[in-house]
Amino acid sequence: MVIIGSGEAGGCAAVAIRDAGWTGPVTVIGEERHLPYERPPLSKAAITGDDPPEPKLSVEARRFGECDITHTSGSRVSHIDRDSKQVHIEDGGVIAYEKLLLATGAQARPLAVEGGEYALTLRSQEDVWALRRFFQKGRHIIIIGGGLIGLELAASANRLGARVTVIESQDRLLARGVPEEIAGRMLETHQQQGNRFRLAASVEKVTRTSVWLKTGERIDGDVVVAAVGAQPDIALASAAELPVSNGVLTDAALRTADPDIFACGDCAATVHPLFSPSPRRLESWQVARDQGSLAGRNMVLSPQDQEAVPWFWSDQFDWQLQVAGFPDLGETVVKRQLDEETALHFFLSGDGTLVGAAAFGPMRLLAKDLRISQRLIAGQVKPDLSQLAAADRRLKTLLAA
Amino acid sequence: MTNEWTDACAIDDIDEEDVIAFEHDGHEYALYRTEDDRFFATDGLCTHEQVSLADGLVMGTIIECPKHNGRFDITTGQTKGGPVCEHLKTYETQVRDGRLFIRTG
Ligand SMILES: Cc1cc2nc3c(=O)[nH]c(=O)nc-3n(C[C@H](O)[C@H](O)[C@H](O)COP(=O)(O)OP(=O)(O)OC[C@H]3O[C@@H](n4cnc5c(N)ncnc54)[C@H](O)[C@@H]3O)c2cc1C
Ligand code: FES
Repeated sequence: MVIIGSGEAGGCAAVAIRDAGWTGPVTVIGEERHLPYERPPLSKAAITGDDPPEPKLSVEARRFGECDITHTSGSRVSHIDRDSKQVHIEDGGVIAYEKLLLATGAQARPLAVEGGEYALTLRSQEDVWALRRFFQKGRHIIIIGGGLIGLELAASANRLGARVTVIESQDRLLARGVPEEIAGRMLETHQQQGNRFRLAASVEKVTRTSVWLKTGERIDGDVVVAAVGAQPDIALASAAELPVSNGVLTDAALRTADPDIFACGDCAATVHPLFSPSPRRLESWQVARDQGSLAGRNMVLSPQDQEAVPWFWSDQFDWQLQVAGFPDLGETVVKRQLDEETALHFFLSGDGTLVGAAAFGPMRLLAKDLRISQRLIAGQVKPDLSQLAAADRRLKTLLAA
Repeated sequence: MTNEWTDACAIDDIDEEDVIAFEHDGHEYALYRTEDDRFFATDGLCTHEQVSLADGLVMGTIIECPKHNGRFDITTGQTKGGPVCEHLKTYETQVRDGRLFIRTG
């Protein structure tokens, strides 16, 4: 069993292969120098912490020894030969596989404007080192991109006493994946903390320290960071002539078109039987973990479809965003007011099935209800709308119904 | 102050199948009540990023951390999946006259 990519998904898959009873060799090939480590802290505690950041290893990485998993770090797979069922490493090595998993993740999208190469990006532990040199009190940080990572970096910079300007090309933040009203609340939160925003602003060119907008206006700072999304690492798959679009395409059991090759995590666009027949790619740590575990299992045992309801969070100042399911599939929105300022939004499809839930606010207010919502979504319930909205009734009672 | 029984709360302060936080001597505990009215106590903070478990969801005898879904068995403190690898310490509990006592220290 061979896994390409030693990230969250690859680590979970390796351990799951053992847990499924496979006793033959398991090899994880990773380009980075580290064992699988947690990426979410990279835009949060690793930026704001006093100590130089050490990678926080994923819990599965600590089981590699006990599970007899071979981990080769610092080695990049250059191509896959499907006919002979071998992967080729850049240094010339060749490894044969019975089943292969693509868990190559994604990379920070480069900024496609003049001077874009001067902008710093964030994906890896090493990127944090570069950012920390600039994320300091009194500096002016210019962040291009008002997505989750751009906003988390904006919150972290603010915490450190830096000045922050976020430039976003759309007229709202978080256009991908976060409902508009919640994105609006997140914008207000940032503004209250002093962060500045330029919405609907197109960037003409950048230098190391300045950004020119298409309007001719120039914004000067100490560093320019590009947080303009991630692009899936699909080069190996397309070179091997596996179907790809925005991600390596798989069925609901995470199989690619080649029955011996699976894909999961940030690099994969997968079919989820609960939601829609068209494949979707997600960038979520929990999804990478769930899909990694399932892919590992499916490489050994008779394949099962994915069932776990996608979920992600983001930390912004003292507040948390949590999103479960697919809010964008909702046609009706019902709000459950958790306190004066915080509401849990439920999203129901045309036939009344609960398909998504999202909230932004203090974690203590929203976490329990979000978890229950995730279970309700998994159960494909068609809840009574007034019960969803009735904040004085425990949401848990709907689980029993 | 070791090994003493501490009066933690009235049993009705905890909903069925739920959890509350309790602080004593600078230490945070999580106190649980199951659906069938059994009571358990563990350390109050998740072993992953020291988040208060009292904000998490109890399902049966599993507590799910509110932050990243780390799961623990409330009866034994053992991890049950998610990003956590260190178990929680558990504490003995006793119900007397409608109040919950835990053995702290
Ligand atoms: C800064 C940051 C903050 C985040 N915060 C959150 C958050 O708060 N909440 C949340 O839900 N999600 C968050 N995420 C997303 C989450 O971390 C990802 O969804 C998750 O890491 C995806 O796991 P993966 O294993 O699919 O990919 P990755 O973790 O990207 O791992 C893929 C690995 O494959 C390696 N690789 C690629 N190609 C090759 C090759 N040819 N040969 C060998 N190795 C190769 C890469 O080097 C990499 O190590 C965050 C991501 C980032 C970058
Ligand atoms: S803080 Fe509990 S799982 Fe991360």
